[in-house]
Amino acid sequence: MAHHVLPMPIDERQVRELRAGDTVTLERTLFGIRDATQIHMFDRGRTTRFDLKGHAVIHTAPNVRSVPKDEANPVGIAPVCIGTTTSQRMERFTRPLMEREGVRVIIGKGGLGDQSRQAFQDIGGAYLAIVGGAAALETTWIEAIEDVDLDDLNPESLWRFRIRGFGPILVAMDAHGGSLYDKVGETAAANRAAALAGLGVAQ
Amino acid sequence: MTTVLTDQFELDYRTIEETAKELYIRALKILPPQVKRGFERLQRDETDGTAKTILGTMVENIAVAERTRNLLCQDTGIPIYNVVVGRDVRLDGVALKEALRRGAERATREHPLRSSVVHPITRINEQTSCGRGIPVINVDFDNAPRQIRIEMIPKGSGSENGSFLQMLIPAQGIDGIKTFVIDKVIELGGRVCPPTIVGVGVGGTSDVCMHLAKVAATRPLGSACEDPEGEKLEKMLSIAVNSLGIGPQGLGGRGTSFAVHVETAATHITMNPVAVNIQCHSARRASAVISADDIEYGF
Repeated sequence: MAHHVLPMPIDERQVRELRAGDTVTLERTLFGIRDATQIHMFDRGRTTRFDLKGHAVIHTAPNVRSVPKDEANPVGIAPVCIGTTTSQRMERFTRPLMEREGVRVIIGKGGLGDQSRQAFQDIGGAYLAIVGGAAALETTWIEAIEDVDLDDLNPESLWRFRIRGFGPILVAMDAHGGSLYDKVGETAAANRAAALAGLGVAQ
Repeated sequence: MTTVLTDQFELDYRTIEETAKELYIRALKILPPQVKRGFERLQRDETDGTAKTILGTMVENIAVAERTRNLLCQDTGIPIYNVVVGRDVRLDGVALKEALRRGAERATREHPLRSSVVHPITRINEQTSCGRGIPVINVDFDNAPRQIRIEMIPKGSGSENGSFLQMLIPAQGIDGIKTFVIDKVIELGGRVCPPTIVGVGVGGTSDVCMHLAKVAATRPLGSACEDPEGEKLEKMLSIAVNSLGIGPQGLGGRGTSFAVHVETAATHITMNPVAVNIQCHSARRASAVISADDIEYGF
């Protein structure tokens, strides 16, 4: 199991080097995206002025505060608490996010499904599992909110974060069809009968 | 008939508003000690390497939140206030509800917090954490003299989306209930931010059953169902869910849940309802007991 330090953005070759079970630390830039952001981008035809090519997006909607604009807070918005949300709801947006916007890495919790796994294989991408509910810690990996687009959707805007030492986080789905969630799903299905027998359920 | 009662505790709604605001922020920042002990127990029992690392990160996060006085989780949730009014308390119920709502709005604006609440059809966010029917306010009564207890639960959506109701039939019996719970825990996997508290409602009508599941999921960790039959069931299910191998964040391991909590209500001869509602590992709650001369904060 290798550890990778990835200064974002990356290319197809770099993302295909990631294997499920590896760990990753991201540097420089990370984008925040969520349900409403993607509904507006892919169902309602809205576009972003951000170039997401080769970048990572995290499924998030942050807590922020308004502050005076300065070098540390270029758009006058400071991070308060930034973590992640359940990815599965955004399953159908993985492929358009990769095809139209060129995104290579998706970060979230709980995993994505079969369509995403296929898109990661076809186009070259990976899903990284960050620990859900550990936002106080993850906020310390974010240096600043550099910019924000589609901000009428706040807090589900499209955010550009400057990051430092964002990780280690786990490669949970890779570009080779590998998925840690599939393995766990198979294990749970195999343990179901014994669990029910332990509960005295007639089967 | 009018009775003049001289020895009554009369609520001050500014105090209620301040307390409602304080409770929302406290709940988001300080995890109850029972949940911290729950993490210690899961860490002791865990054998999977990835699961140990994830539990370690969650425990580190609790310390970082306390040290930096930050929110534990980015999800500020749907605000729920459970109010229990004691004996000899004089109150205006409408003023009480308005004060609780103002408290939630002020916490959101003044901290500031992310407003996670939108209109269900327009999806417009008023940026107040409130909206039509939100905050959820439940009012009950007990025998405690001259006091009011307010419990605040910011209910996160990742786990709330793991909610199910099934109107089973009597012929499916208790086996049907057990199977339903196990199958839902498997289906949800890592989506509900395990290790979880699995709340199970058994009996009642459809709405009562779902509410029981929420009460069970948000009850303090370590508490037991008052119905001995419910307690027996929750003990069995608590062992069973951690034999499935789903683990913290659904990435494998033993620690799928801190516990399964069950709440029960009597039901109809033709019915056998079961409901599931999940609480995530950030099992946040805060409470305050307000009396004439004191406000005592707790969990």
